[in-house]
Amino acid sequence: MQLFRAILLRLVTTAVTLAGVAVIVFTVIRVVPGNPIAMMLPPGATEADIARLTALYGLDKSLPQQFAIWVAGVMQGDFGTSITARQPVLDLVLGRLPATLELSLMALVLAVALGGTVAVLGTRLRGGRTETALDVVNGVGLSVPDFLWALVLILLLGVLWPVFHISGRVTPSLNLPFATNFYLLESLLRLRLDLTVDLLAHMFLPALALAIPLGAIVAQVLKQSLKETMNLDYVVLARTKGYGETHVILHQALRNAALPTLTLVGVQFTFLIGGTVIVERLFSYEGLGNMAIDAVINRDLPLIQGIVLLYAALFTAVNLAVDLLYAVLNPRLRHG
Amino acid sequence: MQLNRRSLLKLSAASVAAGAIGLPARAQAIDELVIAYNVNLPSWDPTVGPSAVNPTIQGLYQSVFDQFILQQPDLSPAPGLLIEWGWNDDRTKVMMTVREGVTWHDGSPFTAEDVAWSLERAANPETGNPINFVWSTLGNFAVEGNTVTADVKQFDPTIFKWMYFLTGYVLPKAYYEKVGADGFEAAPIGTGPYMVDKFERNAFVRLKANANYWGGKPEFETVTIKFVTDALARVAEVESGNSHVTLEMPYEEYDRLKGGPLAGVAKPVSDIGMIFLNDIDVMLDPNVRKAAAMAIDKQTIIDRLLSGYGVKIDTLQTPEYDAYDASITVPYDPEGAKKLLAESGYGPDKPVKFTIQTTRGFKPKDYEMVQAIVGLWRKVGIEAEIEVYEIAKHYELRAADTLAPAAFYNWGNSVGDPTTSTGFAMFGPSPHSVWDGEDLINMIGPLWGEADEDKRIAGWKAVDKYIAENALVIPLLQYVQPILHAPGVKVVPHASGALLPHLMTRA
Repeated sequence: MQLFRAILLRLVTTAVTLAGVAVIVFTVIRVVPGNPIAMMLPPGATEADIARLTALYGLDKSLPQQFAIWVAGVMQGDFGTSITARQPVLDLVLGRLPATLELSLMALVLAVALGGTVAVLGTRLRGGRTETALDVVNGVGLSVPDFLWALVLILLLGVLWPVFHISGRVTPSLNLPFATNFYLLESLLRLRLDLTVDLLAHMFLPALALAIPLGAIVAQVLKQSLKETMNLDYVVLARTKGYGETHVILHQALRNAALPTLTLVGVQFTFLIGGTVIVERLFSYEGLGNMAIDAVINRDLPLIQGIVLLYAALFTAVNLAVDLLYAVLNPRLRHG
Repeated sequence: MQLNRRSLLKLSAASVAAGAIGLPARAQAIDELVIAYNVNLPSWDPTVGPSAVNPTIQGLYQSVFDQFILQQPDLSPAPGLLIEWGWNDDRTKVMMTVREGVTWHDGSPFTAEDVAWSLERAANPETGNPINFVWSTLGNFAVEGNTVTADVKQFDPTIFKWMYFLTGYVLPKAYYEKVGADGFEAAPIGTGPYMVDKFERNAFVRLKANANYWGGKPEFETVTIKFVTDALARVAEVESGNSHVTLEMPYEEYDRLKGGPLAGVAKPVSDIGMIFLNDIDVMLDPNVRKAAAMAIDKQTIIDRLLSGYGVKIDTLQTPEYDAYDASITVPYDPEGAKKLLAESGYGPDKPVKFTIQTTRGFKPKDYEMVQAIVGLWRKVGIEAEIEVYEIAKHYELRAADTLAPAAFYNWGNSVGDPTTSTGFAMFGPSPHSVWDGEDLINMIGPLWGEADEDKRIAGWKAVDKYIAENALVIPLLQYVQPILHAPGVKVVPHASGALLPHLMTRA
C-alpha cells in the first residue's frame, strides 16, 4: 500500500514536471534569437511574403495562443508538424527513439561490464600495483568526456585499424525486414544474426565512447562500496568459513555493494541518453540526439518541443523505474 | 543456445570480423559509390519549406529531380527538360519548348503539362513555396504539344535563371495528384539521373541509376549518400575507406590527404565571404567605411588562414558571374586608411569603435578571419569588438535590419546573376539588405525590370563600382570547395557547390 502511494505520488510529480518542461521549452525557444521564417527568407521577399510565411507556420499568433494550440494538440497526441521535415513530430521522434534507446542500453551494458570488472579486480587486488594502475586508468576514463573518446575511437578503430563502422546504424545495402525501429532487438528475435552483427559493428564504437566515462564512475562507486562491505561481519564470517577471496567478493559482498551503484546507474542512464546528442552526431548515428541538433540549427520549433518533451518523459520514467527497482531489491524499503 | 563466457567471446570476435569484412576497401574496384555528404536531407519536395532554399541540399535534389533548365558545372545554362525558352518581342509572353521522349522514374511519360503544372504550383502561395513571388510573375499557362506559353504578369529579366535555381524543379503532375504530398514524400519520383531506392532520415539515401535518363545513364549503378554532418567524421569516412567521396573539410585535412592515399579537387564555388556594413553609427562616415575596407589584406588572410584556398574579390561578383568587372578594385592600403581616419579625427591613439558580428565555425575559419581583420584594423585606428552569434540570429537580425555596424556573412549565388548577389544584398527594401541609402536604391531600382540585357548588366557593374568606391559593403573572398575522393573515382566539381554523383565516373 505504501509502495502504491509512493508510485501514485511519483506519477503526479512526473505530470507536473512534464507540464513545467513544456512551458519552459515552449517559451525559451521562442525567446532566444533566431526564428525559422528568417532562415527561409528567400532573396527578394517582401513584407507581405514574410507575413504569409509567418502565418503559414502559425507563428503570427501571440505566444499564449500558440501555446494553447500546441498543448491542445499534445493532449490529443498531435505534437505538430516539423517545419523542415514536414512530417508529424510524434512520428519523427518515435521513429528515432528506438535507435537512441538501443544505443544507450548498449552503452549502459558496456559501462556496467567495464566498471564492474575494474571494481572487482581493484578490490581483489587491493593494496598492490595493479590496483594503482587500475585507479590511474579509471581516472583517465573519468576525466576525458565521451565526445573525445568518440574521436579517439574513430581514429583508432575506424581509421588506423578499421574494424568497426564509424557512421550510421546499419549498412545501407542491407534489406531490413523489420516491423519496428528496434532493429537490434528485432534482429535477435528474428534470428537474423547477420543483421545483428552488422548493427553491433555500427553501434559498438559510439556505445563504447558513451560507456567509458560512465564505466569509470561505476567502477569508482562500486569499488568503494565493495571495500566497505568487505569489512562487514557476514563477509568476515564467509572468509572464516574458508571461502576464497574471489568467491567472497562475487557471491557475498557484490550483491549488497551493488545497491548504491544501482541508484547511480539509474541516474547516470538519464544523463547517458542526453549525452548521446554529440556522440550520435560524430558517428552520424540516426538517433534522437542527431535529430535534435538539426532541429536546433534549423530552428524547427515543433520538433525541438517534441524532442525535449520526450527526453523529459524518458528521464522521469527512468528515475521512476530505478526507484521501483531499488525498492524491490532493498528489503528494508520493500517491507516498510 | 546457452550464453556463457566462451560463446560471448566468439560472438565478439565474429562481430569484429564481420564488421571488417563489411567495410569497403579503398583499393578495390568501386561497384557501389559511397558519398559522405555534409548535410541531412529533411524533406524530399524540392519546392517547399526551408530545405527548398538551402543551397547545400540542392545537389541531393538534382540527383533525383531535373530543373526546368540544366545548369552546367561552369554555371552556364543548357537545354534540359526545356530545350528552348525565351520571351516574345514585347516581353509580354514566355515560350518554352519541352523535351520529348523523357520518362518519369515510374515509367510514365513526361509532358509539357508537367512543366505548366509545376510552374503554376510554385506560384501558388498555399503550397508553401518560399519563392512563390518569383513564379507568380507568370500566369495563364497554355500547353500545345510540347510547347508551353504563359503571360508575363510582371517582367522579371531573371525568370529563366530561376528555372535552374532554388525551387526551379519539375515535379510529376499525375503522380503527385495521385499520391498527394505525403505519398510523394514517402516515394518521390523525378526525371533525374538517379531514382530513390531507400531513404533513412538522418542516415542515408540509396540511389539507383535511371537507365532511361535523357542525359544518358550515370556510370555508377548504385550510389549511397551518407549524411555525415561533422567535418572530421567525413574525413575519417574517406580516410578509412568507408566512403569514396566527401566534401567540405578543413583545408589542412585536405592538404594532408590529397596526393597521398586520396585524390582531391578544390575549385572556387559560388559562395563568397563578405562583411555587411549597416548604415548606422560610425558607418555613416564614408571615411570610416573606406578605411575599414582598405585596411584589410585579403590575400594574406586567404594565404595564411585558408592555406591559399580562396579568391580575393572586391565586389559581390565572382569571376564566373555575369556582371563581374575585373577593373573594380579596392587596394590594400593601410597608410591610405590612416589618412582617411585622420580626416575624421580618428587614429591609432584615438580609435573609432564599433562592433563586428560573426559566426564561429559556420564557414571555414570565419571567426579567425574576423580576428585577423580586427587585428589589421587596430593598426590603422579602428577598434572593433567581436560579437559571436549563431547563423540563425544573423538571419533574424538582418531581416529586422538590426545587424551591428559590421557583420561577417557568406553569400551564395549559384545562378551568377547580379540581382541575386548585389541586388538582394544591397537594395534597401530587400529583407537581406541592411544598407538603406536612397542613392543606391535609386540606382538599383530601374535595373529590376530592365529588358535590355546588355544595358542591365552594364547597370549592375555601375552599381558595383559605386558600392566599391563608397565602401558600402566589404567583399572579402570567393570560397574554394575541397573535395576528397578515392583514386578510383573521377569527380567533376560544380561551381554551384552541388556535389553531383551523375557527374562522377570511374577513373
